[in-house]
Amino acid sequence: MDDTALDALERTGVTIREAGPDDDAAGIRPGRVALPESTGEVAALMRVSAEHDLAVVPVGGGTKLHWGRPPERCDLLIDTCCLSEVVEHAAGDLVVRVQAGVTMEALARMLAAKGQELALDVPFDGATVGGTLATATAGPRRLRYGTARDLLIGITVVLADGTIARSGGKVVKNVAGYDLGKLFTGSYGTLGVITEATFRLHPLAANRRWVTFSLPGSPAGLRDLQTLAGALAAAQSEPSAIELDWPDVQGPLTVSALVEGTACADRAAAVQELIGRDCAVSGEAPGWWGRPVGEEVLLELRVPPAAAGRSLLAVREAAGDGGVAVRGALGSGVFGISSRTRLDAFVPAVRQGLDGRLVVLSAAGEPVADPWGETGAIVLMRSVKERFDPDRRMCPGRFVGGI
Amino acid sequence: MTTLQELADRLRREIGTAAVITDPVRLRTYECDGLTYHRATPGVVVLPETAEQVAAVVRACAEYGVPFVARGAGTGLSGGALPRTDGVLIVTSRMRRILEVDLPNRRAVVEPGVTNLAITEAVRDQGYYYAPDPSSQQVCSIGGNVAENSGGAHCLKYGFTVNHVEALEIVTPGGDIVTLDARDPGYDLLGAFVGSEGTLGVTTKITVRLTRAPETVTTLLAAFHGIEAGGVAVSEIIGAGILPAAIEMMDALAIEAAEAAVGCGYPEGAAAVLIVELDGPVAEVRHQFTEVTRICEQSGAFELRTADDPAERAAIWRGRKSAFAAVGRISPAYIVQDGVVPRTALPQVLAGIDRLSREHGIRVANVFHAGDGNLHPLVLFDDAEPGAGERAELVSGHILDLCIEHGGSITGEHGVGVDKSRYMTRMFSDDDLDTMQLVRCAFDPRGLSNPGKIFPTPRLCGEVPGVRKGVHPLVAAGEAEHF
Ligand SMILES: Cc1cc2nc3c(=O)[nH]c(=O)nc-3n(C[C@H](O)[C@H](O)[C@H](O)COP(=O)(O)OP(=O)(O)OC[C@H]3O[C@@H](n4cnc5c(N)ncnc54)[C@H](O)[C@@H]3O)c2cc1C
Repeated sequence: MDDTALDALERTGVTIREAGPDDDAAGIRPGRVALPESTGEVAALMRVSAEHDLAVVPVGGGTKLHWGRPPERCDLLIDTCCLSEVVEHAAGDLVVRVQAGVTMEALARMLAAKGQELALDVPFDGATVGGTLATATAGPRRLRYGTARDLLIGITVVLADGTIARSGGKVVKNVAGYDLGKLFTGSYGTLGVITEATFRLHPLAANRRWVTFSLPGSPAGLRDLQTLAGALAAAQSEPSAIELDWPDVQGPLTVSALVEGTACADRAAAVQELIGRDCAVSGEAPGWWGRPVGEEVLLELRVPPAAAGRSLLAVREAAGDGGVAVRGALGSGVFGISSRTRLDAFVPAVRQGLDGRLVVLSAAGEPVADPWGETGAIVLMRSVKERFDPDRRMCPGRFVGGI
Repeated sequence: MTTLQELADRLRREIGTAAVITDPVRLRTYECDGLTYHRATPGVVVLPETAEQVAAVVRACAEYGVPFVARGAGTGLSGGALPRTDGVLIVTSRMRRILEVDLPNRRAVVEPGVTNLAITEAVRDQGYYYAPDPSSQQVCSIGGNVAENSGGAHCLKYGFTVNHVEALEIVTPGGDIVTLDARDPGYDLLGAFVGSEGTLGVTTKITVRLTRAPETVTTLLAAFHGIEAGGVAVSEIIGAGILPAAIEMMDALAIEAAEAAVGCGYPEGAAAVLIVELDGPVAEVRHQFTEVTRICEQSGAFELRTADDPAERAAIWRGRKSAFAAVGRISPAYIVQDGVVPRTALPQVLAGIDRLSREHGIRVANVFHAGDGNLHPLVLFDDAEPGAGERAELVSGHILDLCIEHGGSITGEHGVGVDKSRYMTRMFSDDDLDTMQLVRCAFDPRGLSNPGKIFPTPRLCGEVPGVRKGVHPLVAAGEAEHF
């Protein structure tokens, strides 16, 4: 970074520091790290970046900075850690407005004290609100509550040129204008910086029960899995989540269904009856529940729920004995996969004939030909990127199709 | 020959004579949607039967630089489907096939002209339904629902259209057929498209999520002597951690109208009624029912009625469902508003509406989705009385201001359309609107898809933001309206 750019950054008054090894974005050392404390400060940084052609990567907890492709360049890392204020918790309205750097854990603690929760089970320790939104991560209860995009009701973003824009608001029902929140959720920092978000909340469930059982990981076992998954997802006892844990695809698998509510003991019994085999019923989640299946190497498989058994069989076949593990939302058809096998053979093998998508989120430095894989509307996506970030300065190259 | 005549000829060649209407009398059938005081006779109407035909129409429009507007059933309440006299209206009424019902994946694939209710009817016997339920569900099209991100009484628990759409096939304003699929990696263009009111292209196929029917449904009617007491009950129910499928409220004037229209037989002397519907697993609903009953009684309900079977339930809902049409019985004309406020602000906002009503001598009946703070004030006036319409407009606008002041929205489900575009600047800054415009420009750089809707003064794509001076080029070109 040249001195005039540095000067201009310093003049914003925002705390700027030199980058260290912990700041690397997928192996790329940023020129500088900025620690803004408000949306206005982010905007000031973005204006300077626009003037001096600085490439910018926003970061929250840094738990997923290695996801996607490495950015082509990174002059300025905008660390949102100091955007850490819960701006407003309107408990009576079940709505919370937070700055992007608030961690999901801190938020959950604060809400739990009032008997409420943001019904997103984020699997990564230290993840922030902004990072969770930017990567659209969600956990087991997506089956009942949806994902971040479904719970987000308002957003504030700063665009590449420093424009501050808001959409939505703080009411749960609102159709005024385009929903920029949806567009920014899962945009991997390529459209701008998310600085604030407003969510709809849910009351904490009075009670919870997990009904857990095991199956062999054989073709016959996967057929049973498919049948049971279908029955559970359609069950009128309304499980909030139906999760699979398959720590080694050559071994047995475990399924756990969660019911929540005042009458969850009755409902757990109904779930158990429906499963019709040995189950453990517990008020405690299994140890693996809601945890990422892997961090170093992590893939995401998305299939129609009824294609889960078939697709998982394909994963098992492609895995050989390469230490492949699968965990995820059986009821929704979204799974995390970790692998010790070489991805260059594994990924195409799973994608072959797949009714769905396989994305390589993190490959531990191993180069992968096409981490994002195919997508339907790439021309429109490029066009959106072009409008929001014509100079390609926001996380350039990180996202689908080299966006 | 005019451009439109030339275009019509070309369309006849491409999609067949029977699918192209230019006869002035037939054109007039389409001159307005559910917001009848905005009218315009479309230049040309087309009735395509396939996505390819829609694409051919849109491509032709793009070539001739002619604007186009999509129309479903025309029940929209914000003038979203208001045609362009200089443009083409693409009506989806001949695209009414349910293409696939896929119960193992809990989804159905349908054409845009299929009615909302038809989806539920196709799967009800198998124990499923399509959850978003606008009151207009018997007639409104699913394509219109997608465009408006429509809600319904039950969206308190189940969410809106956007939460129930898994994929869309659209024809882009450039004329390409593109699929937006929730499962695809990349930007959530599906999420951005739903609710875009026909300004980003035409939907030609929709994959909707189907919801399993609940094990049981219980409906409760609680009558109160005052609307505040009803409001308290709503807050207490939500505060107790109960998420009913629906919580609806009607005030005295709305009850009076419904009584006159359908004789719904609500408890005599009720100044407000609350309808609470609970659904889900039997054990859960039983417990919630006890709680809700207790809360209503504590909040001062003087009569409670319960319905456990469909006939009794229909009796309770009859008054609520008829309310819009019913005010016709007590007033020659009315405006339906659609503001939203945070639930906890309901008592203050209702008091504010009452004040406005008295100040301006305009009666307002309140029917609303109380659970999510979505008000539908019905502003009543006599269109034969000089100046009454203007006063009603004024009250209606003040009500929206009230909603915005309390951190709410100018529309919860009816959309912005032409009706509310002028209020957008009260809710959003120029920067907010310009940023939304970036999305528009990405999809529709020439601004041909339903121009003049949602945004008050759209910038030309590529125009540098700054102070707006003089006549906007889009306005000068007759492609946008100033408000
Ligand atoms: C009595 C009554 C009750 C109502 N109750 C509710 C309610 O409870 N909740 C609610 O949300 N709404 C309600 N509405 C409003 C209305 O029914 C909804 O907005 C509905 O979704 C409109 O559907 P439609 O097919 O009539 O669309 P139209 O009115 O034909 O069009 C609406 C908008 O959608 C666009 N559009 C239509 N089809 C397409 C397509 N294929 N591709 C792209 N754009 C398209 C149009 O351009 C227009 O902007 C009610 C209306 C009435 C008259």
